[in-house]
Amino acid sequence: MTYLIEGETGEWELVIGLEVHAQVVSNAKLFSGAATRFGAEPNSQVSFIDAGFPGMLPVINRVCVEQAVRTGLGLKAKINLTSVFARKNYFYADLPQGYQISQYEQPIVGNGTLTIDLADGTSKVIGIERLHLEQDAGKSMHDQHPTRSYIDLNRSGVALMEIVSKPDLRSPEEAGAYIAKLRSILRYLGTCDGNMQEGSLRCDANVSVRPKGSDELRTRCEIKNVNSIRFVQQAIEYEARRHVEVYESGGTIDQETRLFDSSKGETRSMRSKEHAHDYRYFPDPDLLPLVLDPAMVEEIGRSLPELPDEKKDRFVHEYGLSAYDAGVLVAEQASADFFETVAKGRDSKLAANWVMGDFFGALNATGRTVEDPPVSAADLGALIDLIKDGTLSGRLAKDVFALMLETGKAPAVLVEEKGLRQVTDTSAIEAAIDQVMAANPDKVAEIKGGKDKLMGWFVGQVMKATQGKANPAMVNELLANKMKD
Amino acid sequence: MSDPTTLGIADALRLLADGEISAVELTRAHIERMEAGRALNAFITETPDLALAQAKESDTRRTRGEEGRLDGIPLGIKDLFCTEGVQTSAASAILKGFVPPYESTVTANLKAAGTVMLGKLNLDEFAMGSANVTSHFGPVENPWKRRSDKNAKLVPGGSSGGSAAAVASGLCMGATGTDTGGSIRQPASFCGIVGIKPTYGRCSRFGVVAFASSLDQPGPMARSVEDCALLLGAMAGHDSKDSTSAPMAVPDFTKALGGSVKGLKVGIPTEYRPDGLNAEVAAIWDRGVEWLKEAGAEPVSISLPATRYALPAYYIIAPAECSSNLARYDGVRFGLRVEGATLDDLYRETRAAGFGAEVRRRILIGTYVLSAGYYDAYYNKAQKVRRLIADDFARAFQNVDVILTPTAPSAAFGIGEKSDDPVTMWLNDIFTIPASLAGLPGLSLPAGLNQDGLPLGLQLIGRPFDEETVFRVAAAMEKAADFTAKPDLFAAGGA
Repeated sequence: MTYLIEGETGEWELVIGLEVHAQVVSNAKLFSGAATRFGAEPNSQVSFIDAGFPGMLPVINRVCVEQAVRTGLGLKAKINLTSVFARKNYFYADLPQGYQISQYEQPIVGNGTLTIDLADGTSKVIGIERLHLEQDAGKSMHDQHPTRSYIDLNRSGVALMEIVSKPDLRSPEEAGAYIAKLRSILRYLGTCDGNMQEGSLRCDANVSVRPKGSDELRTRCEIKNVNSIRFVQQAIEYEARRHVEVYESGGTIDQETRLFDSSKGETRSMRSKEHAHDYRYFPDPDLLPLVLDPAMVEEIGRSLPELPDEKKDRFVHEYGLSAYDAGVLVAEQASADFFETVAKGRDSKLAANWVMGDFFGALNATGRTVEDPPVSAADLGALIDLIKDGTLSGRLAKDVFALMLETGKAPAVLVEEKGLRQVTDTSAIEAAIDQVMAANPDKVAEIKGGKDKLMGWFVGQVMKATQGKANPAMVNELLANKMKD
Repeated sequence: MSDPTTLGIADALRLLADGEISAVELTRAHIERMEAGRALNAFITETPDLALAQAKESDTRRTRGEEGRLDGIPLGIKDLFCTEGVQTSAASAILKGFVPPYESTVTANLKAAGTVMLGKLNLDEFAMGSANVTSHFGPVENPWKRRSDKNAKLVPGGSSGGSAAAVASGLCMGATGTDTGGSIRQPASFCGIVGIKPTYGRCSRFGVVAFASSLDQPGPMARSVEDCALLLGAMAGHDSKDSTSAPMAVPDFTKALGGSVKGLKVGIPTEYRPDGLNAEVAAIWDRGVEWLKEAGAEPVSISLPATRYALPAYYIIAPAECSSNLARYDGVRFGLRVEGATLDDLYRETRAAGFGAEVRRRILIGTYVLSAGYYDAYYNKAQKVRRLIADDFARAFQNVDVILTPTAPSAAFGIGEKSDDPVTMWLNDIFTIPASLAGLPGLSLPAGLNQDGLPLGLQLIGRPFDEETVFRVAAAMEKAADFTAKPDLFAAGGA
């Protein structure tokens, strides 16, 4: 489904590329031994290297390099066995060295791909241009003192992977799906925790528009540092409409960096031309070119987990799930694992329904996570077993599940304690039917006169009489027979 | 016993071992010299109390038989090396009062060897200069005087001018220097002492205030080849804190001394004898060739054709790196801060007040050559020249074992001379820069005096990490040169 903006002069297509900054999961920073824990006291995780003290030198953290390679392999990308760190020079108070160590002409990871899943059930392959390693800057706080700014250098020097897509995205939805899938892959790989609120995953969007059917690339604007998928989508939509309006009123778009104001839902220019930066990139003379051992790359390749796309395919084929259900279940590794534990040796569709229905509902209601679930996968499996062997009806099972949430007890225990076993004894059910029929002769007469709609009412009465424990299928069948008498 | 401040390091170590002198006595003698020699302005910071305390500890270690290999030897440290608890200024106003909470690897290595630190030595601001006249703490005076004019104050060379002047006049037994384009070798030549810039990567740069990272290299300065070999052995070594430090074992450089040079091929590059080369410099170079011939070595004429591009390439690469390396002096976290209405004002005011003219000049040049649109024409081209120069040397070293050249195009000149045009000053490094660009070891040793009584040095350039051959040839030349002249101050010392 093509997303187009309806302008006054015709339809416009969007061209979007995303640059995602993903904080590398590592105990230490990219070039120093300082810790990287989120939320620590300001300036408590800063080495002299991170603070840019005289004579301090960077030393590459091999773990961060391995994480970048791991991510590159997860994106089916080319790993460059030789890459070069360069200095990006600019002055800012939270950039202690006066330059950011990044990779410029020779990144560690080259071309790759990422498949996005769209709501209409289709998929689309998006090109990855490159992935490079770089240092994060510190944080400036301008609201702590009337006249001064405070600087927190805890983040200074933390390793980031900048992952740059090709301009292959065509709608806000695709952009959102790209970030969601990238986040999912990073979390599977364990290379970034993907936490957008904490800033572990930040996104810059490059947006331009062109008339439908054209293949030109018009001037793009970069919207910096958007911190949620929803805001990225809003920012893209706003920015694209702005471009269309400018073009249609005869104006031109200047290449510039813009900020998204989430409270107003609009983008605005961030830097004036007087401050246009010339970063004066050059290879960092403190660091030798980064040369990777092919054996190390291969070893990382062998240790890669099953990634969401492969897992989704397997779920469709192995468990007979719909592409949509499989997609939902594999988005997080923990959900996929939970599902597989529940489904093992059981009716997989029933398992999927329970996991995605009542179980996910319970997570939302309790605020718990799959990693710390309110009901264990084993207990949920046992509950499904009780349905399958006829001990519980679907309706009773929901009651038992609610009790499991409440008490944390195993389903079999609850069935015994509360006497919730389904009644499948024909005579007991017939007795209840007879009782209800005897008490409502007028309604029985109406049914016999052809008013079939009342059957449902009778089923309900019988269930009520058995405290919901009667097997509903049996109630239906026996009731129908009785009415024919 | 003779004046302890005239001793060589090897002799002093023997006397210390024999109990003829204590480290405290040796240190005290040097503290007195240091105070007597204050007119030279060689030290920015004197640390006599620290030195005496270290000397006492040294004596204690020696009685316990726990002494390091240079235990009790009093040294001066160029004020570019960070020293824990002692101001490290880089001779700049912008770092005045900066006391590092950490120690450079080289000075830590020297401490571990048991040496005593007398103080921090003057230098050109951020090691940028060839005459030690750009220091915020004032120029250093060369202890040597012209016979023709005893009153004229001469420069000691730079940037390690304080180190060279202090060693030459006996204020310390040896000193650390750093060399980016000649900053150890040229002042060694001007002050009649020995200095070696080791192979790039031989000594750690960790804790050395950076000027141009791909060129900076610490090294020793002392009054003999043997003393330099001893000091370098203690300073050098792989350091995991410096990614450009070479993971190589450090040989005992003193073992190379006294070895025969018979059959060694010594390259004599034709490009180092341009028209108009100072006649006395040319003559002393010829004499050096003769000494080596007499010792059995074979001079071989070689060509290093890219040499003429070395100086311009250096004055692109070094300022480019410096413009980036010095960005951290911004008034935000340490050192000088001049407040401004905005952050940009704070930067402007602080850096304008904190950096001297030569440093500002190089930052501006470096910023320019890295700018968009100029990068390829300057920085990239300079890097290509650098490769050509390295290739020249590699080709030459297929046929020769070591290369002999003059160290500097002249003897020491007067303070205030050559200051009108920066390029005139930069030409001082014309013979030392090529080895810097190629990362090769280069040693300067005194070969004689010019007619006006000033020392002239010769430079030996070796293969990468072959300091041993350089030392071996240097020792042979030192013996032949028999350079015994002393500057006036040194000769008068200890009286």
